[in-house]
Amino acid sequence: MKTVEEIKAAIEAAVPSASVEIVQNPAPSAQHSLLLKAETAVAVAKFLRDDAELALDFLSNVTGVDWPDKEITEKVKVTKMVTKTVEGTEQQVEETVEETRKRVEPGYLEVVYHLYSMTKKHGPVVFRMRTGNRADDVKLPSMTPVWRSAEYQEREVFDLYGVEFVGHPDLRRILMWEGFKDHPMRRDYVEPDDFEYEPTAHDEVLKRAQAHQAAAAAAAEGQKGAAQ
Amino acid sequence: MAVDEQLKIEMGKQGVFVTTLQELYNWGRRSSIWPMNFGLACCAIEMIATTMARYDLARFGAEVFRPSPRQADMMIISGTVTKKMAPQVVRLYNQMAEPRYVIAMGACAISGGPFKQGYNVLKGIDRYIPVDVHIPGCPPRPEALLEAFMTLQKKIDAQPLTGEARPRHLDEQAPGEFPVPEQGAHDLEPPANKSVWTVPVVIR
Repeated sequence: MKTVEEIKAAIEAAVPSASVEIVQNPAPSAQHSLLLKAETAVAVAKFLRDDAELALDFLSNVTGVDWPDKEITEKVKVTKMVTKTVEGTEQQVEETVEETRKRVEPGYLEVVYHLYSMTKKHGPVVFRMRTGNRADDVKLPSMTPVWRSAEYQEREVFDLYGVEFVGHPDLRRILMWEGFKDHPMRRDYVEPDDFEYEPTAHDEVLKRAQAHQAAAAAAAEGQKGAAQ
Repeated sequence: MAVDEQLKIEMGKQGVFVTTLQELYNWGRRSSIWPMNFGLACCAIEMIATTMARYDLARFGAEVFRPSPRQADMMIISGTVTKKMAPQVVRLYNQMAEPRYVIAMGACAISGGPFKQGYNVLKGIDRYIPVDVHIPGCPPRPEALLEAFMTLQKKIDAQPLTGEARPRHLDEQAPGEFPVPEQGAHDLEPPANKSVWTVPVVIR
């Protein structure tokens, strides 16, 4: 099978407007993946499926990944003009100071597709797509028109991560119910607190039960205070 | 009024059989508990094994699995009750005719089991409907289900037909229908039926 670099070159030859990035996988498996732009993804997917040499006719797996907003703290050297008193006279002196700066790298949602070829018996080829952010710009093109097996898996990604697939024939929640508002697999998901009764709590359950009891005790205190 | 056991045996030797209406009634109730044909997860496989020849649930008069809640006497909650499924389970229970019984089978049905930390699993069906027998195990072996049957039969046998301890279907004040939880924006509403389940006091 072609390497990722060769596939990237083949894609860019076939779909000239597509710009493909390679996401390196540092693990021993070295399963590098292709990062596609949302606008050209469907055209690229059709090429991957229909190209005689690649013939990736089987979509095995669709995965969602949540990358939350990342706060990065870094130390920067800044040169400033400082007024200083040197030997009795005030002077303007250049001074290099180390400053800690914080910046927020915006998060995004990612969808990863694993492709195989049944006819050529090779694979996997991995490609990804990323949304603009995690809040309102969460639209990505659906791969269901290209590979039918994407339908349920994209519904699951929609349900648990909140990625909206444009062009999906039946985009509804698949595991949670209609009217459920959250996306449980997102990192910032807050689970319902029903740890009121934990007779044999341990590990994670113990922590949550203790948190629940502390919250309940605080609420009871607050009620007492309001009554008085 | 109970009949003296010794007297009963003596009269039996003479060819006279005596009983009380209560005994007769309870014998009839406990000897033909028809379960509902309904399984939720892997525990259902053990339930099916229990009904088959090796474990032979027919010995207890409970071999007739009815596919309709209207004809069933007992609901075996055999497996994980997800929050998506819980309203349907309560609705099926509401559709069953009295007298009706519930066996919560396995770790998931009684407490959430290995999925306790999950956002999507109900932590025990006893939060919404009254459960007669709880069976621990993951999944419980068929013997454990048979034991639960026998426990239920003993419970039925011991019930008086009048007074405070009478079964629910002879109590006009007892609720016949249990509120079906709504599937809300974040969780089931309400998270538990307060009249059925109160938070047990844990002694530490």
